[in-house]
Amino acid sequence: MTNHRLSYTLDSTLETVENAEQTATRIAADAGFDDDEVMRIAMAVREAAVNAVLHGNGYDPQKKVTLNFECNSDDLVITIRDQGGGLDMNKIPDPLSPENLLKSSGRGIFLIRSFMDEVHIQPSQTGTEIKLVKHVHGNAVDGKEASP
Amino acid sequence: MSMKISTRQVDGVTILDCSGRITLGEGSIVLRDNVSQLLAKGQKKILLNLGEINYIDSSGIGELVTAFTTVRKQGGELKLLNLTKKVHDLLQITKLYTVFDVKDEEAAAVKSFN
Repeated sequence: MTNHRLSYTLDSTLETVENAEQTATRIAADAGFDDDEVMRIAMAVREAAVNAVLHGNGYDPQKKVTLNFECNSDDLVITIRDQGGGLDMNKIPDPLSPENLLKSSGRGIFLIRSFMDEVHIQPSQTGTEIKLVKHVHGNAVDGKEASP
Repeated sequence: MSMKISTRQVDGVTILDCSGRITLGEGSIVLRDNVSQLLAKGQKKILLNLGEINYIDSSGIGELVTAFTTVRKQGGELKLLNLTKKVHDLLQITKLYTVFDVKDEEAAAVKSFN
């Protein structure tokens, strides 16, 4: 298993969301996850990127999104950081509760938690950092060098 | 691949054959616009054929919910047809599978509106 790390900063646009999803797909596949796991990881990253671009930075062209992908023999770790006002953890709804079931939004964090092994959210006044961890489970193969 | 929709009528039911991705941005807007146009024309029996939808995110799920509640508020019905495994699994974990009326066979789905 080749350790590799990739870090880059992008604008607060939908293109960044697509980029994050595509990069996650490639790195997860390179790390040896099966197709279903790759899809789940990529969707978790997409949802986190949507939160950063839309809810964190509010599409503000002055604010950036930083993505970090790191893979070793144990874990795939993806960190996504925005420059918004900080996610209010008390306002994350439970989308499974009856009063929220028919709401049109509020499922992103739930899906992220459903698809990843560990999720760490660190809000601050200068932005929110979300760290997503997927354990490799020993089925990884040598990865290719990652690029944005 | 962005979302595409083609529309056809079968026995008074409007079937929307959807393909591609229902995601934040264009995919969600395409679905919303199509449902709004149908309601404006008084077509309130809507069957969403999702057999060619290969990806949906939380915004897309939200758009399906919005379409469902919007049609219902106007006295109509919106049902889902031919879910792919990915969409089926997402509706299961979000507990929406039992909210939507999900069908596997088109003729039976059309008949169920009457």
